[in-house]
Amino acid sequence: MSDRTKTLILHAGLLVLLFVLQFLLPAYHHGNLARIMVLASYAIGFNILFGYTGLLSLGHALFFAAGMYGMGLAIRHLGLSPSAALLCGLAAGVAISTIAGLLALRTVGVGFMIVTLMFAQAGYLTLLYFGEYTRGDEGFVIQQAERILWGLDLSDPTNRYFAAFALFALCLLLTLWLVRAPFGKVLVAIRENEERARMLGYDVFAHKLGAVVLSGTLSAMAGAVYGLLFGYVGASFASVQYSIFPLLWVLLGGAGTVLGPFIGTLFMFYLIDLSSGVTTAYMLIAGVVLVALTLFAPQGLVGEIRKRFWRGLP
Amino acid sequence: MLDVSRIDVAYGPAQILRDLSFSVRAGEILCLLGRNGAGKTTTMKAIMGLLPLLSGDIRLDGRSIGALPAHHVPRAGIGYIPQGRRLFTELSVAQNLEIGLMARGSGPEVLEDVLTLFPRLRERLQQRAETLSGGEQQMLATARALCLQPKVLLLDEPTEGLQPSMIEAIREVITVMRDRGVAILLVEQRVDAVLSVADRVCFIENGQNLETLDAATLRQDHAILERHLGV
Repeated sequence: MSDRTKTLILHAGLLVLLFVLQFLLPAYHHGNLARIMVLASYAIGFNILFGYTGLLSLGHALFFAAGMYGMGLAIRHLGLSPSAALLCGLAAGVAISTIAGLLALRTVGVGFMIVTLMFAQAGYLTLLYFGEYTRGDEGFVIQQAERILWGLDLSDPTNRYFAAFALFALCLLLTLWLVRAPFGKVLVAIRENEERARMLGYDVFAHKLGAVVLSGTLSAMAGAVYGLLFGYVGASFASVQYSIFPLLWVLLGGAGTVLGPFIGTLFMFYLIDLSSGVTTAYMLIAGVVLVALTLFAPQGLVGEIRKRFWRGLP
Repeated sequence: MLDVSRIDVAYGPAQILRDLSFSVRAGEILCLLGRNGAGKTTTMKAIMGLLPLLSGDIRLDGRSIGALPAHHVPRAGIGYIPQGRRLFTELSVAQNLEIGLMARGSGPEVLEDVLTLFPRLRERLQQRAETLSGGEQQMLATARALCLQPKVLLLDEPTEGLQPSMIEAIREVITVMRDRGVAILLVEQRVDAVLSVADRVCFIENGQNLETLDAATLRQDHAILERHLGV
């Protein structure tokens, strides 16, 4: 069997499994998985920049929040329908990531990390400053009546699960396509050796900018869908914590792998969920597991599988 | 083909190249020869647009490329194989070549041609680039540059640190490219390697031209070499 066939079977298999689980899972895990799929979509967006292009952003919460607030504010203040509001969230993601990319990509390495971190902090503080409109830290609820997309009530668990599934499937297939597309291959070349990619005639800046915009837009889309599915928009989603989360998920799952972001998000979510059932010091358990993983699986869970068993895993 | 005329180049306040001129014709191998620090690698970087020209110009087929952004220079038809190879180490041989092919939209016949020139790479297509031997890595770096079908090829010490059989294989490919009409600019430290392959030799010292001579003349008169290089 060729790598290509195996890859298709694996990824299609995961999507089928997630689809079927909808009918099998008890209510609690059902809700969790919907949340995980949306967060994993966020991680997939982050992974495009970090895992495939080799650019470490510490400010992705800016894009997540851009999508969430672009969507939320459009419903709250403009009274738009959910579908139009989602487009607003997407547009906010494209705009903010383009601006952030144009500015932040003038720096490299640690400079890039600091600049993106600062941008995200500026975004967070802006949300607080305009508390009159954004309701700041407190956030605001999107009422059930405002969450009916194409006749589907997104506060209903089944609909919510399918919406999350649709988003996740879209992001997953997009990454699969990307790693085969010329654009994605050039991104990997830039990650491996930027100077060489330039000397082979590639416009490195344009490709990096494309990666920032694609990554930021996917993150924004995840943010917008998250707000719509769970009915809440708040500034905590713009805080530095939400910039670090996708980094953790991607590192745990395996940077530069298609499935890594999902596996990492799933793992981390349940690690905290299960350990907090055992003790109030659950962060200690989570911390020890993370240290162990970093020591023994530095490439992340999927990264280790690729390293040890299946070299061709995308 | 490639004309470098009176260029001045500096790293910050330190001027390296002063009023340097030479030209490489289609179907010839011109070798830059000079002591360490004479400005040989800097010349190549300047041609590739990695260093800005303070004055002077560089022309390819009469068209000025001196002010082009760095990534446009390879697309104009100049292939550069730097010292130390610089592969995409995590990627396979095939993927490395593919990145080269995509750069100018070269078709599969170009890949076929390149693999015919370097049959060893064909055997190792699925292998990761970092697992290749030094000589094979140099072959891959050269092959990847050839994937862009360059009119001019810049090679910075291509045979440094390689075993004789590898040196021979690479030299053969360079000669084949010359015979196909590619203009080749070669930087090489080892005088014997230069004399056996070059058509003309351009001496540079402190970033300035000395004389440019036919290699045949040099082969007969070693005194010139001793005068310029102190060897």
